[in-house]
Amino acid sequence: MSEANTQAVEKYRNNFLKEVEERVEEGEWVKMCMQCGVCSGSCPFGPHWAHPPQEIFMMIRAGKRDEVLTSDSMWMCTSCYNCIVRCPRKLPITHIMHGLANYAHRLGLAPKGQPTREFGKMFWNNLVATGRVNELKLSLSLYFKDGFSQGIKNAMAMKDVGLGMLKAKRLNPFELFSPHGCKDRKGIHAMLKKAREIEDRRKHLTS
Amino acid sequence: MTEVVATNETILVVGGGISGMTAALEAAECGKDVVLVEKNSHLGGRVSMLYRYFPKMCHPSCGLEINLRRIKGNRRIRVLTMAEVTGISGSAGDYTASVKISPRFVNEKCTACGACTDAVETEVPNPFNYNLNKVKAAYLPSAMAYPQRYVLDPSLVGTAEGEKAKAACKYDAIDLGMQEETVQFKAGAVVWATGWQPYDAAKIQPYGYDRFDNVITSVEFERLADPHGPTGGKIQRPSDGREAKNVAFIQCAGSRDENHLRHCSRICCMASLKQTNYVREAYGDEGNSTVYYIDIRAIDRFEDFYQKVKADPNVAFVKSKVAKIVEDEKTKDVILHGVDTEGYHRYANQHDLVVLAVGMEPSVKGANIPAEIVADSSGFIEADPANGGLFGAGCASNPLDVNRAVQSATASALRAIQVINRVARVEG
Repeated sequence: MSEANTQAVEKYRNNFLKEVEERVEEGEWVKMCMQCGVCSGSCPFGPHWAHPPQEIFMMIRAGKRDEVLTSDSMWMCTSCYNCIVRCPRKLPITHIMHGLANYAHRLGLAPKGQPTREFGKMFWNNLVATGRVNELKLSLSLYFKDGFSQGIKNAMAMKDVGLGMLKAKRLNPFELFSPHGCKDRKGIHAMLKKAREIEDRRKHLTS
Repeated sequence: MTEVVATNETILVVGGGISGMTAALEAAECGKDVVLVEKNSHLGGRVSMLYRYFPKMCHPSCGLEINLRRIKGNRRIRVLTMAEVTGISGSAGDYTASVKISPRFVNEKCTACGACTDAVETEVPNPFNYNLNKVKAAYLPSAMAYPQRYVLDPSLVGTAEGEKAKAACKYDAIDLGMQEETVQFKAGAVVWATGWQPYDAAKIQPYGYDRFDNVITSVEFERLADPHGPTGGKIQRPSDGREAKNVAFIQCAGSRDENHLRHCSRICCMASLKQTNYVREAYGDEGNSTVYYIDIRAIDRFEDFYQKVKADPNVAFVKSKVAKIVEDEKTKDVILHGVDTEGYHRYANQHDLVVLAVGMEPSVKGANIPAEIVADSSGFIEADPANGGLFGAGCASNPLDVNRAVQSATASALRAIQVINRVARVEG
């Protein structure tokens, strides 16, 4: 358990709904859900996740903090937006799902090894390093996520695509050794730091 | 030319449904002159198209008959049918209304003998049955139509068939040269009672009303159950005419939905509960109904009715707004997909027929009323002093059941009478 989590538990005690409203992106919409179930019924991932959105919202209201934040359900969202389009109360359900996932991640409660979360972390770290996504490094780190031999297998399976991209000059092997970044890397870092500060203040995450 | 005698002590009632008829009668029986304007060819509106009322399960024709009799016997009411109000100008106590009257092609000599119907072959969709069947192009709009006078479809004008109909009429009642006309007259107060229309179910894309034969609306189901309806009162599937013994009702089809109608239409829960009785009436223990709902709003003292339906073992309730409907291509059965809120179980239920309990929207939304009037975000008329001598009544002011519509109409008649009394005092 992270320190941020201990602080959150301390601050909100049993009021998980209030915690979500203050700290989760679009969390203030959760109380608007009228439990009609259209989002769950419309979700193409329906049978494959433990708790459909409707249930997650009810769990938040019921104060099931641990069950919600450690759940992998919101990580399964593919952002198809079916639920947002059909929700009779216009809840931004997709965005709430991502908000919950992000919050659980920040508290260190999100499920370990969840593929979406792993990829999200890789993408972010890759991007922040130079201010520009290095696609070669990103796909390699994705291939080798589950160990060296599996990585080789993954890479071999994608070999034709890689060669094709090489021929079409869409893939530069030298990017592996001397990645090109953006002009003002320091500026990007300063900007991200500032954005984080603003976000933390808005979500009452500053200690 | 239609003559309308009216002064600024006359009350104009727009809409000849149950609300308009009530407002007109209440005012006229209090000694005021009334002009009642109806867009259709006959009075009665949506109520005349219902099979039974809730909660007493009696037939609307009974109450309508009483009202029609009152109208026939009251010389203070002037009824204009096939007429639409196109403009209202002026202020309380001094309005001028413009009314467009469409040609009926049948004059007051008609005895409703039906010879013209026998003379023509062409058929047109029957609006009285929500176009579920067809009628001959020379027709009586409904069995108890008032005025009891035939209508000739405009498509017959200028054809040999039209002439044939004219020749068949022994009373010289068919006038193929009738033209549209516009009349203007004075009114001291206006009761706007244009009622409601079912929300366009085709707009609820996942329910496939426009794609699947066996997805119908609650108002259409009402016609299926009615002996005067397209099936002679048999509850049959539109796709193959098979008996529909396993019927699903979907509540809030359009209502309580920011993408469709923002408001709760209030009556649909009771309407569906009532309609489960039709299924039981038709098929006894072999008939099954399933109601899919968000929550049942059996308003006011109707809770009792809900409890009775709930006790029926052949009626199931599923707490869930159905996410989508698909059609089984072979059997044309409909399969409802969704997640049940009580336990979050995923279901895919097969039914013979789906009835969408469509919401009510104002027939004429506030913004389209040809007068200065304050309406809410759904287009229902507000009771606002800024409306002057214009008063909303019945479903033009709120989604209401018949009982409440009549109360609302009586209230607005009383308001209109007060305006007229003020005018009368000034004029001495």
